[in-house]
Amino acid sequence: MQWEPVIGLEVHLQLATRSKIFSGSPTTFGAEPNTQASAVDLAMPGMLPVLNEQAVRFAVMFGLGIGAEIGKRSVFDRKNYFYPDLPKGYQISQFSDPVVGRGHFEIQLEDGSSREIGITRAHLEEDAGKSLHEDFHGQTGIDLNRAGTPLLEIVSEPDLRNAAEAVAYLKALHSLVTYLGISDGNMAEGSMRCDINISLRPAGSDTLGTRAEIKNVNSFRFVEKAIQHEIDRQSDILDDGGQVVQETRLYDADRNETRPMRSKEVANDYRYFPEPDLLPVVLEDAWIEAVRETLPELPWEKRHRFANQYQLNDYDAGVLAASRPLADYFEAVARDAGDAKIAANWVQVELLGRLNRDERGIESCPVPATHLAQLIQRILDNSISGKIAKQVFEAMWAGEGDADTVIAARGLKQVSDTGELEAMVDQVIAGSAAQVEQYLAADEGKRKKLVGYFVGQVMKLSKGQANPQVVNELLARKLG
Amino acid sequence: MSDTSTKPSIDPDEIEKIATLARIRIAGDQVAGVTHRIADILAMVDTLQAADTTDVEPMANPLDAVQTLRADEVTETNRREAFQAIAPAVENGLYLVPKVIE
Repeated sequence: MQWEPVIGLEVHLQLATRSKIFSGSPTTFGAEPNTQASAVDLAMPGMLPVLNEQAVRFAVMFGLGIGAEIGKRSVFDRKNYFYPDLPKGYQISQFSDPVVGRGHFEIQLEDGSSREIGITRAHLEEDAGKSLHEDFHGQTGIDLNRAGTPLLEIVSEPDLRNAAEAVAYLKALHSLVTYLGISDGNMAEGSMRCDINISLRPAGSDTLGTRAEIKNVNSFRFVEKAIQHEIDRQSDILDDGGQVVQETRLYDADRNETRPMRSKEVANDYRYFPEPDLLPVVLEDAWIEAVRETLPELPWEKRHRFANQYQLNDYDAGVLAASRPLADYFEAVARDAGDAKIAANWVQVELLGRLNRDERGIESCPVPATHLAQLIQRILDNSISGKIAKQVFEAMWAGEGDADTVIAARGLKQVSDTGELEAMVDQVIAGSAAQVEQYLAADEGKRKKLVGYFVGQVMKLSKGQANPQVVNELLARKLG
Repeated sequence: MSDTSTKPSIDPDEIEKIATLARIRIAGDQVAGVTHRIADILAMVDTLQAADTTDVEPMANPLDAVQTLRADEVTETNRREAFQAIAPAVENGLYLVPKVIE
């Protein structure tokens, strides 16, 4: 049987506020355990939450970015469960009236096509602390620094159909939230964590199968692998005539498998009720409009602008607009170099290729945009060839200075001096008696091909630095 | 919310499940009594459910006020030492609790 996967994602996004959602504790990552946990975060008796305006603003920015309905009156609820890294015994979340309602945005797939993905809702909530299960004499260690960090839980519609689409969705979401500046999007530090809902149904059917939920997957690659594994697991069960059990599973990256979480029978009974310690949050239209005014150019807007303004194809425009720092870098190079097409090509092929090879992001790129622009200018003004430019680029990458410095220090400037080139041309002709004879015997059409041999020899002799145009002129004259 | 059809009924199994969720221990010989008392409370809720609330907005909070928001500023300082002085067990800055493994 041909099975069609139906996938929805819940992303927990850490918002880039300075302080926590309900207390004035800092949210800095990596601090000494429990040094950022106040009486509110520890759930000391009598402590009351006070809502952080910036967390609400960030949530609304996201909502406006995806064209969603904004909850003008949203309500916080208690989600009740017991776990030692949740000192209150409940998480303050939003259930019935979230701050962001239904919206949608466009994702780009590998083949260049795009698809619209629905967002069901997004709501504000607080993060829990961390449990450390290393051996503390048979006990568990609790660090509450993360407790109370603001999260935006973004729930997608079950619109995704395979692992590649899920990854494309996450990348688009990552791009959007970092453009908006509402999250640092640092997946390694847990700023974007993902729960995957996945079920299979016979291809062509429009009823949903029984789903499994995979918790807490924290990298694009693991999302892809976890989904692929889960599709295989569920289709094996269904092919054998079995039934998928609705349950929560964990993805084990080391073994590349999902397995059921324990204590599942009571895990999903959260007994939500309105949080009595917080009043409804009412957002005035003027406030929402003021937030809208602060929205930057969004990834897809930038992509369309790049395509139009610089005559790039949609795919190239998408690559360059994927992250704001990369887009800014490209635009700086294009502006200074004066040729957007060559700039786009260099940024995409040489620069991104080099960054990938070193597993670095554009933020830690050792070649500043001004240096790359200067390099492109030197190609355009014929100081160096495209081939030599790649050498110069490697040297700039290694920290040898800007393009002009490298070209001068390594003596890479293209040789256009006729006297110097003439000597080389004479040397090549003198050493190639057979080829000269062949050339002289050939007709006009063949000569054009044969001259390539001489050009190649001169280029070799000049270590690639001869100006090919001048060499051609000299050869034409000398060979008669 | 004008549903009046459901009769409050709760059985001992549900009482035990709720007790588990709430981490409350109810002795075996008390389950029947607790079930009975909670059923009485639910009967009272059922009386309330009978009220016609067609035009009434659900109320999230009894106070006629809206939430004030605070500026995103760090106002708390590190008081770990004071907090951990009253904790039963700490090590390396962590609070220690009985082993939990999910």
